[in-house]
Amino acid sequence: MSALPGSAEGAATTGLVDSPVEPVTADLPPLTEQTRLEAREIIARYPQPRSALLPMLHLVQSYQGYVSPEGVALCAEELGLTKAEVGAVATFYTMYKRRPTGRHLVSVCTNTLCAVLGGQRIMDALSADLGVHHDETAADGSVTLEHAECLAACDYAPVVTVDYEFYDQQDVEGARALVAALRRGEKPHPTRGAPLTDFRGVSRQLAGFSQHADAAAAGAAVDAPGEWGPTLAGVRLAAERGESAPPMSGPEPEPTDTGEPAETVAPSGQAGQTPEKEAADARVAAADNPAERAGAAQTHPDEGTEYGRTTPPGSRPTPDTPAGTEPGTSGQGPATREA
Amino acid sequence: MPLTPVLTSRWGADQPWRLSTYESLDGYTALRTALSMTPDELVSLVKDSGLRGRGGAGFPTGMKWSFIPQPKPGETATGPAALPKYLVVNADEGEPGTCKDLPLMMTDPHSLVEGVIISAYAIRCRFAVIYVRGEAVHAHRRLVSAVEEAYAAGYLGRDVLGSGYDLELVVHAGAGAYICGEETALLDSLEGYRGQPRLKPPFPAVAGLYGAPTVINNVETLATVPFVVRGGAEWFKRFGPEKSPGPKIYSISGRVVRPGQYEAPMGTTMRELLAMAGGVRPGHELKFWTPGGSSTPYFTAEHLDVPLDFDSVAAAGSMLGTTALMVFDETDSIVEATLRFTEFYAHESCGKCTPCREGTYWLVQVLQRLVDGRGTAADLDLLTDTCDNILGRSFCALGDGATSCITSSLKYFRDDYVALLPPEEQARLGRSLRLEPVGAAS
Repeated sequence: MSALPGSAEGAATTGLVDSPVEPVTADLPPLTEQTRLEAREIIARYPQPRSALLPMLHLVQSYQGYVSPEGVALCAEELGLTKAEVGAVATFYTMYKRRPTGRHLVSVCTNTLCAVLGGQRIMDALSADLGVHHDETAADGSVTLEHAECLAACDYAPVVTVDYEFYDQQDVEGARALVAALRRGEKPHPTRGAPLTDFRGVSRQLAGFSQHADAAAAGAAVDAPGEWGPTLAGVRLAAERGESAPPMSGPEPEPTDTGEPAETVAPSGQAGQTPEKEAADARVAAADNPAERAGAAQTHPDEGTEYGRTTPPGSRPTPDTPAGTEPGTSGQGPATREA
Repeated sequence: MPLTPVLTSRWGADQPWRLSTYESLDGYTALRTALSMTPDELVSLVKDSGLRGRGGAGFPTGMKWSFIPQPKPGETATGPAALPKYLVVNADEGEPGTCKDLPLMMTDPHSLVEGVIISAYAIRCRFAVIYVRGEAVHAHRRLVSAVEEAYAAGYLGRDVLGSGYDLELVVHAGAGAYICGEETALLDSLEGYRGQPRLKPPFPAVAGLYGAPTVINNVETLATVPFVVRGGAEWFKRFGPEKSPGPKIYSISGRVVRPGQYEAPMGTTMRELLAMAGGVRPGHELKFWTPGGSSTPYFTAEHLDVPLDFDSVAAAGSMLGTTALMVFDETDSIVEATLRFTEFYAHESCGKCTPCREGTYWLVQVLQRLVDGRGTAADLDLLTDTCDNILGRSFCALGDGATSCITSSLKYFRDDYVALLPPEEQARLGRSLRLEPVGAAS
């Protein structure tokens, strides 16, 4: 079996005859002409073929449970890339597995918030129960265990996912019972998410295909009931308090002597606080700060990424590099570094 | 301030993710209005509303759209203006603490789809992509379903609602890389490469996806657009401060009684939000919190009255980020919390820029030995020096974000670091602070 990525020439150069990729097991279903047709269907979705690579790798996992050398070769052939190019992409992303996964993938969030609320204890307990560490598969092939970075469910912490479906607000005993059930072949219903299938099934969905036999089953997955307490916490509290957003239509707000637009915000009910005062307080507090002076109008649309490129005031300037010339900044950007 | 459900207003409905529910609650009425306007009128409307991007940086959305080069009337377009335009939705939510976009896509995916169609029309784009985080399979499932429903109802595809406007929308699953939330890394990933940031300029507005003009907007930003179209700019400005108006989804998590999503006007304070969430768990008190995820410098109890809008939070020394309010109490060790966050950045650094790749690795080593009681007096300065050598020295903001929790924790809780030093090391600092170490698990 060839290395991932690699070639005979590469092996000759490095002296490495083996690769970290385990040999394909005999019972691994082969990739077929059907797989190729599906790969081409993915390619057709995009203006440029290579955009299909990530979904195609999900497709490979849907058949073989990991990114196999055979799957790398298929992607390379269909996209006119080298296996090395495909392998370079596959090894970058956490969700592409380099060894065969178990039937289910159990991910335990051990990022800060989940960890302090018990996520680390859950991970330790499952690791002990299964006799495996991070990114390893139980001997019976039932479950692959991994610790995950933030799964964007912090209001349900600590969270565990099985095949990426949420099992919320877990504790050690609950998580152990969940994994024990999975090993018995049961599929406990997620707190939020569709009825469990398996890792390969959900990989098929991520490739952009239905993993269900018919439309009814697919619909049932979409409509699966769940427990949505934290998601709805604010909506329910607003109903309880009788609070709502200002209406969009209907009579315009009474003109007032101040002419300020915030009057129609419903009162908070706090003694002595009028909506006018609250709104005015916010404006006063918001005014007169360096970030405002920096002037959004001077900034470029792409200054600032989804992380927030701007450096907060109080951060130390970097005097040895002129503003606008250091990597990652732009002369067009806001002058917040000086703030 | 009161709660003001707008984006969350449909969340409590029966099956809000279904088109029939969405339409019964005024869904897709904004699209009809938008299609009766010209693209330029829409850009002006969103500019006038003051809507700023909800993905963290807070850039004015209408202005971002206006940077897309468009052909001049009556002239043959050349350069970028002649290329196709793309709209890419950043749905790669993964910043620790951030959990607003996934619930939005799971409960009300059509609001995003409608926002995408309107925004794509405004920038004259005919191919849009929602890049959704791979692990978010349920959000992905409901988005795919919503897009299928929208195609079937004539909101997507050829000749949208008989307007002559064509739009294709693809839901694209990522594969587990936080860095792909950085917009240029997202573009590389969407093009089928390793997700590594690009050096800017050129900016995506000129050379984005496939080298063509591209707008990248966050989920919450685009889901807000239909409400701006329906309510108008003046209505939108009734929420919150003049320079960052609008309703905002605040995500409260951690040591509070009722964690969850609370939608209130921009500029609501943590004191008000904590009260909504039932306060810190009984018998405990707030120690530190993040205003907008792990990349934003910590705040403490002294910041409870800072209005949580872009400018006020920046003035107070942090960033609004994604309004991900993680709450920690006195049982939580700030040094251990900081170590965990730093491990996250070390894992998620794409490796392209040396300061970030190497710096985050070494920060973990230093923090780990401090937590293990093996630190030295010099380590505190070493942390600061290392942060200085990362901040502003990498292509993207991941490296900058990695320094926030360290710099701010040293600023507010230096004694907690000192208390972890062995006695002889404390003596070097000329002080003794043998506090009881607090366990993260207690």
